Amino acid sequence: MIVTRVAQELKPGSVVNLGIGLPTLVTKYLPEGITLQSENGMLNMGPPAPNGEADPYICDAGGKKVTILPGGCFFDSATSFGIIRGGHVDATVLGALEVDQNRNLASWMIPGKMVPGMGGAMDLVVGAKRVIIAMEHCAKDGSPKILKQCTLPLTAANQVDLIVTEKAVIEATEQGLILREIQPGSSLEDILQSTEADLIIPEELRG
Amino acid sequence: MPKITDAATAIKQIKNGDTVMIGGFMAVGTPENLVDTLIEQGTGDLTVICNDTGFIGIGIGKLIVDHRITELMASHIGTNPETGRQMNAGEIKVTLMPQGTLAERIRAGGYGLGGVLTPTGFGTVVEEGKKTIEIEGVPYLLELPIKADYALLHAKVGDKAGNLMYHGTMYNFNPVMAMAANTVIAEVDEILEDSFLPPDSIHTPGIVVDYLVKKAW
Repeated sequence: MIVTRVAQELKPGSVVNLGIGLPTLVTKYLPEGITLQSENGMLNMGPPAPNGEADPYICDAGGKKVTILPGGCFFDSATSFGIIRGGHVDATVLGALEVDQNRNLASWMIPGKMVPGMGGAMDLVVGAKRVIIAMEHCAKDGSPKILKQCTLPLTAANQVDLIVTEKAVIEATEQGLILREIQPGSSLEDILQSTEADLIIPEELRG
Repeated sequence: MPKITDAATAIKQIKNGDTVMIGGFMAVGTPENLVDTLIEQGTGDLTVICNDTGFIGIGIGKLIVDHRITELMASHIGTNPETGRQMNAGEIKVTLMPQGTLAERIRAGGYGLGGVLTPTGFGTVVEEGKKTIEIEGVPYLLELPIKADYALLHAKVGDKAGNLMYHGTMYNFNPVMAMAANTVIAEVDEILEDSFLPPDSIHTPGIVVDYLVKKAW
């Protein structure tokens, strides 16, 4: 449900970078005419290579052997991040550990526990024109991930534009978090109970 | 003109304590023969600059598992759990930085720049200890250049002038690292010993390449 809803946000003709994990699953539901950028140096990335036909020198940002589509190109990391930081990527879809009502994102480390490094995420979140967070609404232990203020080290400050979970679609604005849609199977009450951040609820969703 | 030689001869000059840049992203574009040779000759206490530490047993992961690195600058270590273990145990000093910042710091080192200004990392722990410079109302972090004693690269084809051509996603950090080290050793799948690459198809100019080694395994 999360990935199909995210796919609807991506408009034909746009350049998109999908993060590792849940965001990668969006690939299957992309509309025609999306150009995928991979930060390790590729535009117009194609699907995974068929068994036995993989080119050992073409991988995606997760190290998986993939293909390149006609019209695509390869380039070095300086060019790749020039494309990202320079505002040439229309949207990025990333997972998150925490998001808050000031549009802050924490996604790259849990001090003392998990320190994989930020990879390309900090550049993507700062550089992409639109930052879409695709994640489960709550953590595995049931605690809220959409908070008044992030507690973990930030990936970037004030950059998040949209949060899509299995319960809700939430727009992140300068005025705060606006609930835009209640996902099938959820309810306003359910969302309010599982969200710590203040939500702005438009009249039409008040039931 | 680069010296065309074997891996052992080219790698011999690298000593304990040297600073080495190694190309590659998830081991694609990492010179596996050069890394293997570095391990075989017993060199350690290295400072390594690279994007990621590959996987256990693949790419730069081999140097990590064998405890050859005491200091590491990288953007991502998540695919090799041994790096995180050594970091948490205090066996290795790790400096993590955004991938675009790592690329630009290396580029600055090789391109004769005093640093670069990037918006990435502002408002995060990455800004700690760095100068913030505001330009037209936007805050940027001043990131300083990185250079190295050696750069170990992997390209698809090299010619007798040292010109390199990459393929697929092999480029990644190789072209910027080629500019930023005192001595550049390139492992290539194919060497043109009697001819040259077409001048329009060259990704790294040969003048910066000191040694060419043909990939042998």
